Amino acid sequence: MLQGWVIASISFAYLGVLFAIAYFGDKRADAGRSIIANPTIYALSLAVYCTTWTFYGSVGRAASTGIGFLPIYLGPTLMAGLWWFVMLKIIRISKANRITSIADFVSSRYGKSQLLGGLVTIIAVVGIIPYISLQLKAISNSFTILLHYPEIVMPARAEALPLLQDSALYIALILAAFTILFGTRHLDATERHEGMVAAIAFESIVKLIAFIAVGAFVTFGIYNGFGDIFDRAEAVPKLKALMTVSDTGASYGSWWSLTFLSMLSIMFLPRQFQISVVENVNERHLTRAIWLFPLYLLLINIFVLPIAVGGLLHFPDGSVDADTFVLTLPMAERQEALALLVYIGGLSAGTGMVIVETIALSTMVCNDLVMPVLLRWKALRLQEEHDLSGLLLSIRRWAIAVILLLGYVYFRAAGEAYALVGIGLISFAAVAQFAPAIIGGIYWKGGTRRGAMAGLTAGFAVWTYTLLLPSFAKSGWLSLDFISEGLFGIGLLKPQQLFGLSGLGEIPHSLFWSMLANIGCYVAFSLHRRPDVVEASQGTLFVDAFRNTESAAGSRFWRGSAQVHDLLPLIGRFLGPERARDAFLAYARRRGLASIDALEANADLVHFAETLLAGAIGGASARVMVASVVKEEPLGIDEVMNILDEASQVRAYSKQLEQKSRELEAATAGLRAANERLKELDRMKDDFMSTVTHELRTPLTSIRAFSEILFEDPKTDLTDRRKFLAIIVKETERLTRLINQVLDMAKIESGNAEWHTADVGLREIIEESIAATSSLFADKQVALDMALAGEVPMVRADRDRLIQVMLNLLSNAVKFCKEGAGRVTVRLGVDGSTVRVDVADNGPGISEADQHTIFEKFRQVGDTMTAKPQGTGLGLPISRQIIEHFGGRLWVKSGTGQGATFSFSLPMNREANEHHEERKAK
Amino acid sequence: MTKRILIVDDEPNIVVSLEFLMKREGFDVAVAADGEAALKSVEEKRPDLVLLDIMLPKKNGFEVCQTIRANPEWQSVKIVMLTAKGRDTEVAKGTALGADAYMTKPFSTKDLIAQVRQMLDAA
Repeated sequence: MLQGWVIASISFAYLGVLFAIAYFGDKRADAGRSIIANPTIYALSLAVYCTTWTFYGSVGRAASTGIGFLPIYLGPTLMAGLWWFVMLKIIRISKANRITSIADFVSSRYGKSQLLGGLVTIIAVVGIIPYISLQLKAISNSFTILLHYPEIVMPARAEALPLLQDSALYIALILAAFTILFGTRHLDATERHEGMVAAIAFESIVKLIAFIAVGAFVTFGIYNGFGDIFDRAEAVPKLKALMTVSDTGASYGSWWSLTFLSMLSIMFLPRQFQISVVENVNERHLTRAIWLFPLYLLLINIFVLPIAVGGLLHFPDGSVDADTFVLTLPMAERQEALALLVYIGGLSAGTGMVIVETIALSTMVCNDLVMPVLLRWKALRLQEEHDLSGLLLSIRRWAIAVILLLGYVYFRAAGEAYALVGIGLISFAAVAQFAPAIIGGIYWKGGTRRGAMAGLTAGFAVWTYTLLLPSFAKSGWLSLDFISEGLFGIGLLKPQQLFGLSGLGEIPHSLFWSMLANIGCYVAFSLHRRPDVVEASQGTLFVDAFRNTESAAGSRFWRGSAQVHDLLPLIGRFLGPERARDAFLAYARRRGLASIDALEANADLVHFAETLLAGAIGGASARVMVASVVKEEPLGIDEVMNILDEASQVRAYSKQLEQKSRELEAATAGLRAANERLKELDRMKDDFMSTVTHELRTPLTSIRAFSEILFEDPKTDLTDRRKFLAIIVKETERLTRLINQVLDMAKIESGNAEWHTADVGLREIIEESIAATSSLFADKQVALDMALAGEVPMVRADRDRLIQVMLNLLSNAVKFCKEGAGRVTVRLGVDGSTVRVDVADNGPGISEADQHTIFEKFRQVGDTMTAKPQGTGLGLPISRQIIEHFGGRLWVKSGTGQGATFSFSLPMNREANEHHEERKAK
Repeated sequence: MTKRILIVDDEPNIVVSLEFLMKREGFDVAVAADGEAALKSVEEKRPDLVLLDIMLPKKNGFEVCQTIRANPEWQSVKIVMLTAKGRDTEVAKGTALGADAYMTKPFSTKDLIAQVRQMLDAA
């Protein structure tokens, strides 16, 4: 029933489904409606950790070591708890610096070193290609087994199959095509492959369902539940041993080191870094992954032990590989559909790993291995190429194809050898070498490039010596002597018992020595020399990632300038001119500028360009390329340190500054107001001066003119002579009055006037003033009434000045009365706490508008039809000043045609009054 | 033909002195005590020369000058500003508005007559 073509077409169909999902995912991503912006999908995609090694191999391991298969899954579960600190930091750093791979991360941290990036890439490739082979082997084996349904036949050794009949070859080719199709559609500046992530999440679900299905079938279908299986296992001593953890020290050591190893590999396996960091869409998705991923691990491992035990019970003679129980048990029970489902599950597990791992590795190979070499190779004259994006994509595609083919080649060469079967943990141990450099890099600013290089080299060397070479030897490719005798026969250099450390399994042993060498060299070499400028700045960027915002920190450490029209074509060569232009435009818009040309050539722009480019060719190469167009002004380490110091001081100062600036504002406001007042006063003074000069010149004009006339012609007519001389005299008087009053006004206003203050009685002052003006009243025949109260309290004032005020008011009243019909009334009385005097006339009155004007200097109001009123215009202002000087008030009440009443009031002097009373009483 | 002079000033005594002077020189004299009256007088009988004070009620001397100059029929009327305001800014303003001469008070009677004669003879 299950012929080859059926299985093959189902496989193709499944791959077709994956293809469709990936295509759909990419399409939606391009339209901006990403389907992977979902924390569940993120968490599921992390399950790419579970490969065929999980699907088939866990059962195999459980069949021989019981629950010894668990540590591989304990590690990630424990690590998930720490993700909140470690993974979040790594994700944030990677987003900020556009990290595209694990090699990029390391190289970027340590001064954007291309050498370091290359080293990491080589370690990754050497460590992971055998792991890829493992997947190919598992898939091809499962295909072969299923093919022989319903018989159960173990697959022949791989090398026995002719090349063209080897399904593994076709699988490798198809996977290469698939990966190229979805991993290298275009150069994304963020290196994300949304379609692929969607497909991977789908595969995680498929393999989980398949495994649970077969597990449930075995536990409840073949047997009667968990209890039933374990009861039967108890009966068989060999199986009983599987249920317990053995007590030897070696196994404890084994547990710890395996757990530790898997804790590291969940982060540093290239495929895990790619999925969890590079493909991460939103760092908040991490929160769901922290519990969902361990849950997944739990679910997929529940049935491992039951299946293992069930398989051992079912095939007691050991003819069937424990690795295949997952598939062979349903086959033995003639469950065709289930067997097919399991096969598809295994296919999911294997293809998922291969696709992601290959994409991750090809990115590293392209950015950190090939491109730096090509860029340096002057002969290729790549500097002058205008569009390198096509070249980059081709390199990636070739890398994918080559890696997969190498995986296949290794598979064929190694076959059943230990070098393949045991390679899983060996690969874990290889990527564990990245741990000191990375974890040190994100928590210790003192880590330097030399330290990282030394640590990585040492760790890799130890790993090679203690694990890789022995695995070759155990496969028969190298002589076994060096394992048993040590290198050059030196006992202490036995690769599995270095320096006499025995009793540990090979993995824990290797882990111990490689970590020791790695961490030791990393720390020693880092401490030996201070970090240089770039290392220090990158160190700060990485370690302080949670504190920094955006690119502020990054650009501060690069002092240099480059024009937009230099940077744009550079970026265009790698991203393609269109995409480069779009990116720059978006950047300009974010800064509120309308066009690319408005962008300033400053450090921020350079940093932006470099980050953009790093997404395509890796941080180290990006730096080199940008440096070639930027005129950099190198910062000395001292300057960098100063900048760092400044940052913390600046924060403290800025608070002080804020407060000072507030105070300054208040002071400025005060000064401004004072200035305004001064200017106003100045203007008023100018006006006063010009008015005074004008007023003085006017009478002078008449005086001079008439004087000259009379002088010119002594024979002037007598009438004219008399008239003119009278005018001269009058104008002279006017001039004198004016000068006196101006001086008076000036003295009072400037405070230089002499005041002879004493207790004065207003009644007496009024009577004297009236007497003085009696001739004025008589001349104009104006009547005068008096209403003076009897005993009026004294006031403190200057007697002469008060007389001056009264004279002014009285003469004004007379002036404005109609001749012959005028009447002036003078009143004196007590008003509240003041003594008040009123001078009322029955003249034409003063309109509302003029009531303000009459108190202004030099202003006079009167009937314009009549002759210009005599007077200086200073009388009332001076009177007011005098009254106010003694604490009183001077005002007018009037209306047009209603006459006018001028009043003033002065405060009573109580003490003096009492004194006066007393004296009077005596 | 006898030249006609319009005297515009709100100080009566100054008007008396100017009137006497101009009459003595043989000119016909008209008098106005404010800006509006001055313009009315110009309309009624066009003078040959105006002695124009600046500080006037109703319309000040600058406005009168401007109005006279704005009228093309009165282009031939000479305007002499005669004022106690003597600052440079005011002199400039007067000249800018079209006055033909600017004299400050107190003035010399001799200078004034010379100025008037010169302007009227030139016409």
